[in-house]
Amino acid sequence: MSEESAADLARTPLYDEHRALGATLVGFAGYAMPVRYEPGIMAEHTRTRSAAGLFDVSHMGQLRLDGAGAVAALERLVPGDIAGLAPAAMRYTQFTNDDGGILDDLIATRTEDGLVLVVNAACKDADIAHLGEKLEGDVVLTVLAERALIALQGPKAAAVLDRIAPGCARLPFMTTGFFAIEGADALVSRSGYTGEDGFEVSLPDEAAPALWRRLAADPDVEPAGLGARDSLRLEAGLCLYGHDIDETTSPVEAGLAWSIGKRRRREGGFPGAERIQSELAEGPQRRRVGIRPDGRAPAREGTTVLNTKGEEIGTITSGGFGPTAGGPVAMGYVAAEAAEVGRPVSLLVRGRPRPATIVKLPFVPHTYHRP
Amino acid sequence: MSGLKYSKDHEWVRTEGDVATVGISDYAQEQLGDVVYVELPEVGRTVAQSEEAAVVESVKAASEVYAPVSGEVVEVNQALEDEPALVNGEPTGAGWFLKLRMSAPGELDGLMDEAAYADYVAGLGED
Repeated sequence: MSEESAADLARTPLYDEHRALGATLVGFAGYAMPVRYEPGIMAEHTRTRSAAGLFDVSHMGQLRLDGAGAVAALERLVPGDIAGLAPAAMRYTQFTNDDGGILDDLIATRTEDGLVLVVNAACKDADIAHLGEKLEGDVVLTVLAERALIALQGPKAAAVLDRIAPGCARLPFMTTGFFAIEGADALVSRSGYTGEDGFEVSLPDEAAPALWRRLAADPDVEPAGLGARDSLRLEAGLCLYGHDIDETTSPVEAGLAWSIGKRRRREGGFPGAERIQSELAEGPQRRRVGIRPDGRAPAREGTTVLNTKGEEIGTITSGGFGPTAGGPVAMGYVAAEAAEVGRPVSLLVRGRPRPATIVKLPFVPHTYHRP
Repeated sequence: MSGLKYSKDHEWVRTEGDVATVGISDYAQEQLGDVVYVELPEVGRTVAQSEEAAVVESVKAASEVYAPVSGEVVEVNQALEDEPALVNGEPTGAGWFLKLRMSAPGELDGLMDEAAYADYVAGLGED
C-alpha cells in the first residue's frame, strides 16, 4: 500500500469485498480505497461505458441538515438555488469562500424534513467545521457516518438496479427516492460522476456488503476503482476538487455558472457574491477548458499551456488517457481571451512543446436519464 | 536460461555481443497497469547507467525508465508507438523498449539475475 501508511487508514464497510476481489488498495483521503481491481483501469472504464461499473464511494461525506431554517442556512453558504429545489430533487453546488473561491463542491438533496448533502472525502472534516461555525438558528447538522455509498453507473445500471429496487428506473436524472434494499432504508439517487446514466445508493453500513455482492454478481456489472472513476469523470468534463477547482478558482472561471440559479445571481447573499456576480456580468479572467493533445502523449496535471507564440497562457489541472476518447485528454485553465474552442495551443511536456487544441467539454457525451 | 538481468528500478537487459536490449519487468508492468504511451529516446543518444532513457505512461501516471547500463541507443521499438499495450502483454519479449551498444559491459555484473530479482520483488511486498 502506498501514499499513506496502511495502519492509519480508515476502511469503508466494503473493505473486505475489495480484498476478496483482488483490488489494489491505496490511501485516499485517509481511507484504504481500491484504485483498480484485477481487470485494470482500462477494462473497468470501458465496461462502465458499455454495461455498468460498480463503485464504492463510501469515503464521501454524507450530512443531513434538519430544521425549518435549513434551506435558508445552506443558501447563505452556496450560490446554488436550494429554495427552488422540489422535494426529492438534487442539485450540484459549491461552498464558496469570501473571495469567491471554492471550499468544496457538493450535491444537495431536498428531503421531506430537510436536506442531505454529499461532500468530498478529503474536504468533509473542513466542511463539517465550516457548517458548524456558520449554521444559525434551529438548524441541526447530523453527520451520517454510518452510511455507505455505492454507485452503479453505465447504460445497464437502470435495468440491473431496478431488479433490486423496483421503480428506481423511473427516477429522472438528479432526483431521489427511498427504497427498501437488503431490508434497510436506502436513499437512491439518479446521479453520478461518470457522465453515464446511473445511480448512487446511500444505505446503512451493515446492509452495504450484501448489496455490493448482489450487484457484483450480475454479469452486466464490473467493480471499478478510483482509477476508472477518475478517467470516466475526466472524459465527462467533470471537476475534481483539489485539482480542477479549489479555494482560488471561482465557479464562473470553472465553467460552473450553470449551477448558479437566476434568483441567486440577482440577489447574491452567498460568500464571494461580489466577485462571482462581477464575473457573471463581465466575464472571468481565465476559464476552464477542454484540451486535446494532438499526439498520443498524455499531458498531466501541472503541465504549462502555451499559445502559438510560445507565451504561457495557462496550466493543465487534470490530464491523462481517455480510454473511450481513444487518446489523451485534459482540462485546465487558460486566459479568457485564449479560451476559444478550436484554438491551437502547445503543451510543455518534459520540456518539449507539443501541439494541442482547445476543445468543447465533455470529451464523451453525457447520457443522463432525462425523460 | 533466459539470461535476463534486472536493475533495482525494474528494467531488464538481454545481451547479444555488446548490444543490450532493455525493457521493463513483468512486475513493473503489473504495477503500472495498462500502458497507454511510451516515449523513446532518439537513436544515437548516449545514456549513462541509471539515467532516464524512456518514459512509460499508464492511464494513471507517467514513470521514467532508466538505462540499466551505459551506452549509445542503436535502436528503439517503433511498434510501441502504435501498440503500447505490448509492454503489458509481452514485457520481456515484443514489449522491449530500446537497444544500447554498451560502453561499460562490466556494469552488467552489478545487476541481478532472475533468481535474485525474484527475491528482490518478493521482499518489496504486495501491500
